[in-house]
Amino acid sequence: MKQNSFKFKRSLAAGAFFALFSFSLVSCGGGGGATGSDSTASAGSSSDNMLTGAGSSFDNPLFSKQFSEYDKTNNQKINYQSIGSGAGISQLTAKTVEFGASDAPMNGKQDSALSAPVVHVPITEGAVVLSYNLPDVKDTLNITPAVLADIFLGKITKWNDPKIAAANKGVKLPATGITIAHRSDGSGTSNIFTTYLAKVSDEWSTKVGKGSSVNWPVGLGGKGNEGVAGLIKQTPGAIGYIELAYAVQNNMAYAKVQNKAGNFITPSIASVTAAANITIPADTKVSLTNTEAADGYPISSFSWVIIYKEQKYGDRTLDRGTRLVKLLSWMIHDGQQYSSALTYAPLSPAAVSAGDAVLKSVTFDGKPILQ
Amino acid sequence: MDGKNVKLRLGKSYGFQWLIYVLAFACLVPLLAILFYIVRAGITKINWHFLVNIPKPVGESGGGIANALVGSTLIIFVAAVIAIPIGIMAGVYLSENRKSRLAYWCRLCTDILQGVPSIVVGIVAYFWLVRPWDIGPIHHKGGFSALSGSAALAIMMLPIIIRSTEETLKLLPDSLKEAALALGMPFHRVIFKVVVPVGISGILSGVMLSVARITGETAPLLFTAFGNPYLSVNIGKPMQSLPLMIFNYATSPYTDWLNLAWGASLILLVWVLLLNIFTKVITRKWKVQL
Amino acid sequence: MITRSDLPLRVINSSPDAIAKAKARARRSFRQIRTENVFKRTLTIMGLIIIILVLGIMVTLAWQSRLSIAALGPKYLWGKVWDPVQDVYGAWPFLLGTLLTSFLALIISVPFSVSIAIFLGEYHPKGWLPNFLKNAVELIAAVPSVIYGFWGLAVLVPIVRSFESSIGVEPVGVGIFSSSLILAVMIIPYAASLGRSMISLVPSHLKEAAYGLGATRWEVIRSVVLPYTKSGLFAGVLLSLGRALGETMAVTMVIGNTSLIPKNIFSPGNTMASVIANEFTEADKPVYLSALIELGLVLFLVTVVINLIGKKIIDRFTNE
Repeated sequence: MKQNSFKFKRSLAAGAFFALFSFSLVSCGGGGGATGSDSTASAGSSSDNMLTGAGSSFDNPLFSKQFSEYDKTNNQKINYQSIGSGAGISQLTAKTVEFGASDAPMNGKQDSALSAPVVHVPITEGAVVLSYNLPDVKDTLNITPAVLADIFLGKITKWNDPKIAAANKGVKLPATGITIAHRSDGSGTSNIFTTYLAKVSDEWSTKVGKGSSVNWPVGLGGKGNEGVAGLIKQTPGAIGYIELAYAVQNNMAYAKVQNKAGNFITPSIASVTAAANITIPADTKVSLTNTEAADGYPISSFSWVIIYKEQKYGDRTLDRGTRLVKLLSWMIHDGQQYSSALTYAPLSPAAVSAGDAVLKSVTFDGKPILQ
Repeated sequence: MDGKNVKLRLGKSYGFQWLIYVLAFACLVPLLAILFYIVRAGITKINWHFLVNIPKPVGESGGGIANALVGSTLIIFVAAVIAIPIGIMAGVYLSENRKSRLAYWCRLCTDILQGVPSIVVGIVAYFWLVRPWDIGPIHHKGGFSALSGSAALAIMMLPIIIRSTEETLKLLPDSLKEAALALGMPFHRVIFKVVVPVGISGILSGVMLSVARITGETAPLLFTAFGNPYLSVNIGKPMQSLPLMIFNYATSPYTDWLNLAWGASLILLVWVLLLNIFTKVITRKWKVQL
Repeated sequence: MITRSDLPLRVINSSPDAIAKAKARARRSFRQIRTENVFKRTLTIMGLIIIILVLGIMVTLAWQSRLSIAALGPKYLWGKVWDPVQDVYGAWPFLLGTLLTSFLALIISVPFSVSIAIFLGEYHPKGWLPNFLKNAVELIAAVPSVIYGFWGLAVLVPIVRSFESSIGVEPVGVGIFSSSLILAVMIIPYAASLGRSMISLVPSHLKEAAYGLGATRWEVIRSVVLPYTKSGLFAGVLLSLGRALGETMAVTMVIGNTSLIPKNIFSPGNTMASVIANEFTEADKPVYLSALIELGLVLFLVTVVINLIGKKIIDRFTNE
């Protein structure tokens, strides 16, 4: 009877709709695709295999390689988004990611916004280099701290300014205008750079100050180290601060900077290692800028991965906390073998033992995860 | 004197016409420039390898956009599943109730939704679906997910679907509905078996237009879908999408990433154009049949 | 429960078989009415969902901005310095950037939009060439904004850079000017399509009367068509403006992203939408995040008001 066929078609349609609906719910709550597991819809918890982290673009080239290798040997996928140290910290605070990465340790204000204590694990040592776009200048430029501060304050506006020429005798400098490239997002790289400038220039210290996001007197903003490097590469006459790996990977020129001892140092693994040769406090929060070491590069820094000290929050399991801590432990030991190829300096033995100590203090439900 | 005046006026008229022609067709110049450039830059980058692989670690060459393709498809599909039923039914509601107070406010809200900037939709979706929150006994875990991205996109699809459904159904003669009701058909069957099928071309074109619109949207996904270097089909977790990938790679300095971005741009452009062309074809085809 | 009183009298007095059949029929029609009511209520709920959605958006925006509204007050809107480190939040650089880019884009695009509208509405309403133009213009609207931004970055910015060095301005390339150019291209279709439908609505007897008096084409357009569609064209311009104000991706890729007040149209700047996109995920202080949301609230209110005014004008025009 026609009535029955209508009913049948209607129930078929309803059934299909509900099947679709429940399928989306299930795949939202349950296993799917490449990760294959059962879980709840959350990034901060659940037994899903993928770990999520976000933050520093400074570390991104190294992390990208390390995570790819770690997945091959340990079958652990990590979703890391390079959105800037500031964003990494605030997303960790909001518990939308499991670990944050930052080139500047959390300050008092950021600490007070946390709901639970965190620990900082030093993960690598890198250099913030001044990369510039002067295709006709073949020699590497020398920059003194005073000149650097003046450039970024907007007081020196042309490349052939006598102050720049003074440190670069014999180099023919063009009359191009200087275009500054800085970060438009909250950046640990900015923090390292501005901390250095504040140490070497009183004018910078009072006028601009230091931080992840400052009120730059001049210049263009790029998002992430990637954005700044992109700006420098595309704009003739540009100068900006980026992590060494970005300059090397993109064949960009970078300057030698004069350190506290008066020597013009080329940023390299050796000069960063020399700068990192200092005592590390228990909480591992230490700044390497303006180092005393005679052959140390003055704008070097550690970078940290930040996680909650007590891993039992939300609906996290012991298994998840263990996998996270195991990953970090691998990164400071075996993972360091990938640093040199990407021009990051491997962690000094002091930094590694400090990191180990910190990882041992991470607990789940009060009990340390690593034995 | 008259002759000279007429000549002047005619001259002005032809001059104006010429000006209009030039200006009107001048708009095609940037469009053609963009299409041409993207095709030229992207066509060399696309190959089978490009389509089925995921991106390689930073600085290594090779890699592809498979995760973005799958991610975009899934996010759009889920957004459509959310938006289409609600949109069509709200459109039906508005066309059925021309005069009621609630309908007036609903129409106003649809117009408001159409004007909301995409970044604001992203902010709202972040607070509703990504941030963990507690209201009384309900605890929302939060976290970046493809689902939150789809929800944001669904909010953007709604006004287009509602509008086109309402307009299409308003144009249908009332006698159609009244005849069906007079025959004793239940109201929901009248709507779904009689009214909607007659207006299907308009409704479908609204749906396709809304899908075409959100395929290229990036801003709502910035704080919701987050991105993912791996291929994933789990909508409760972060996911990569094509416009997001293009945005991230286009502003980077790595030549490999820029190449990926060009190839991805070409694919996105072709996808959106096909959707638009498909919409035009089916509306013309169905209209002729009616 | 179907009782005897639900059945017609003649059925009650006939056979029990007929009573059973009638009861079944009554049961079906009651169920049908109930289903109909459920369906009608579902429709109403759908309408309600839309209203709740919009209310929810407004409430969320307002609630999340409460911190910065309380802390900074109205001087937030004309504060000239945006310095998150010092906790100084002034939105004026972004308001200025948004207004500059949008209005500049509008000024550049309006002649083109109006030309297309007149071409398609007046000179050639039918034919294959105008059809081609109409489709092409719709295509302009279809291209995703991230592709406009990418193309702008790769192609337009170097062109603008060489233009800037030829006129003696600092050759940066990115800036207010470049983003205005891209925005102008993107918003052409909105005013164009609306203008075209407005112009085609002009009653032909008005135009024919003017032709009858000996007016040329240009004079008819100037004296009859344009005054008649003035408000409609204005509404189209408003719609384009609303679109320009809210555009995020293409602008953020070519505007230079500085929080300083732009010195001239060639300097880099920032718009409200662009700064939200850049700094949202990393606003680690509650007041910082709240200040960004307040920007979103301002953006929301401005674009909604402009769009509503535009739609009201169109409604009035098409219903007169």
